[in-house]
Amino acid sequence: MSTNMLEARGLDKHFGALHVTRSVDLSVTAGARLALIGPNGAGKSTLVGLLTGQLKPDSGQILLAGRDVTSESIEKRTRSGLARTFQINNLFRGLTVLENVFLAVSERLGTAGSQLRTAKSCTEVIEKAEQLLKELELGNALHQRISEISYGRQRLVEIAIALSLSPRVLLLDEPTAGIPAGEVARVMEVLEALPAELAIVVIEHDMHVVRRFAKEIVVLAQGAVLARGLPQEVMASDEVRRVYLGGVDPSKSVMGKRRA
Amino acid sequence: MTTVGSTLLERHRVRPAEYVYWIALASVFFLFPRNLSLATSIMVMSLFALSLDLILGFAGVVSFGHAAFFGIGSYCAAQLALHGWSEPISGALIAGLAAMVFALVVGPLVLRFTGLPQIMVTLAIGIILYEAANKASSITGGDDGLGGIKLMPLFGTFEWTAYGQTAFWYAFGWLLLLFIALRIVIASPFGVSLQGLRENTLRMRFIGTPVFGRLLRAYAMSGFVAGVAGAVSAQVNKFAGLDMLSTDRSIDVLVMLILGGVGKLYGALIGAPVYMLVHHQASEWNPFHWMFVVGGLLIFVVMFARGGVLGLLEAGLGRLPGGRAQ
Repeated sequence: MSTNMLEARGLDKHFGALHVTRSVDLSVTAGARLALIGPNGAGKSTLVGLLTGQLKPDSGQILLAGRDVTSESIEKRTRSGLARTFQINNLFRGLTVLENVFLAVSERLGTAGSQLRTAKSCTEVIEKAEQLLKELELGNALHQRISEISYGRQRLVEIAIALSLSPRVLLLDEPTAGIPAGEVARVMEVLEALPAELAIVVIEHDMHVVRRFAKEIVVLAQGAVLARGLPQEVMASDEVRRVYLGGVDPSKSVMGKRRA
Repeated sequence: MTTVGSTLLERHRVRPAEYVYWIALASVFFLFPRNLSLATSIMVMSLFALSLDLILGFAGVVSFGHAAFFGIGSYCAAQLALHGWSEPISGALIAGLAAMVFALVVGPLVLRFTGLPQIMVTLAIGIILYEAANKASSITGGDDGLGGIKLMPLFGTFEWTAYGQTAFWYAFGWLLLLFIALRIVIASPFGVSLQGLRENTLRMRFIGTPVFGRLLRAYAMSGFVAGVAGAVSAQVNKFAGLDMLSTDRSIDVLVMLILGGVGKLYGALIGAPVYMLVHHQASEWNPFHWMFVVGGLLIFVVMFARGGVLGLLEAGLGRLPGGRAQ
């Protein structure tokens, strides 16, 4: 039996009178490839916010590898093995590619607080960062600033940062959003090559990506889980079609809309 | 596309221009023996501006009340000397620690905020402390301040001369020592992570950085350095007064840092002399309206030279053969 790496139990969240998350239960096992989909305003962003600690739930529980982390901060959850990427690249734009990943690796290896050695002397950190970047074919961009590389390559830096944290659970927020078709293929290759035991949740609008990557789909609608199951089952569900796309078969759709 | 070297990871490298700076500073002693008092004041303010640069330039914490730490250092050093602790180096260290303790106390409040609220809180802390010092005249001497400070000779050997030779080297020593310490800190992984916090605090949380703890550590270090600067000021001037805690002083140091260039350490070391020399010259020209000149200079820097005077220098040197722009 596989263990739950990330679990949500009865999560509820209101913004004023707006009930944005309704008794959401979610479990993500080791090795999961789960896609979280839903129409605009379904509460996907809020759910990610709750899972990562950016938002506090009104009620419910969040467990990370079996441990209750509901009241823990973002940074503590991150240190416990929950990593995420962002829908819109959220990097250190003034720093180089290597420095971006250096920050994450040195945090992970526990050297980030050290004051009496030079950053340059942290060879273990630099080597790990370089190795990760080379694996993602960013070896030739190490010393370029983030603002100097293409959006698609920035996406890969996002993924490199997340991976450098050696996570147990990885939340990928629209990993192919905003990048040209040519670079989507590269990002997909990277995603498919991620370690098999890693639990991955991908929030995605592009149904091609979902079909190619996900082994399981959770559909959110109006803040609640509408359906959960294998991709072909979920996409064939009449209710999902009706709520999600007003009757259009989601498996044939690439949603052009971006969620709010 | 330009390929820029990894500047953060190369911060530990000492560039030739740095030796030039320190040799030039030391040579002031020989070239301007009649202006040692001004030179000493400039070094004290340089040290103070350095302390501000650590939190503003590297960690992105804005402070409009940094004189609080300077003032605490001043009063503490003065009181120590008046109570018989006349050894200056240990006195300055204790004063620095006192300012650091104060930073640890107010840090949790200041670091809860960012942007405008942070500015307001630091301003408020500075004003409250100023008023408290004004009231507590039994400790601070109120408006009259604390005078009559007598110190042991430096290292038990060098008397505090009337022309300020000992004071000059004393301030020079502190400035160099704490500059080297801060340089080590900013070139360390800790310093790199401060830079990350300045760039994108939320992202740092998502890589697991204990944001508050790290900022508080930087804030405490900054408080310590500012406290030592205040102590050195009181020791070399044989006086500590309310002026050292004033909002004017907090603003002055901020202006110095912006003039010199924020987030470069040397910006502090260049901004303080530029500001104080311009002040000195302009007030000789017109003792009442010298702020016009300083204000004009600040507007020029903000509009045309965002990297401050140091940014201009670097851009200029970068165009010379063998020069390197950052």
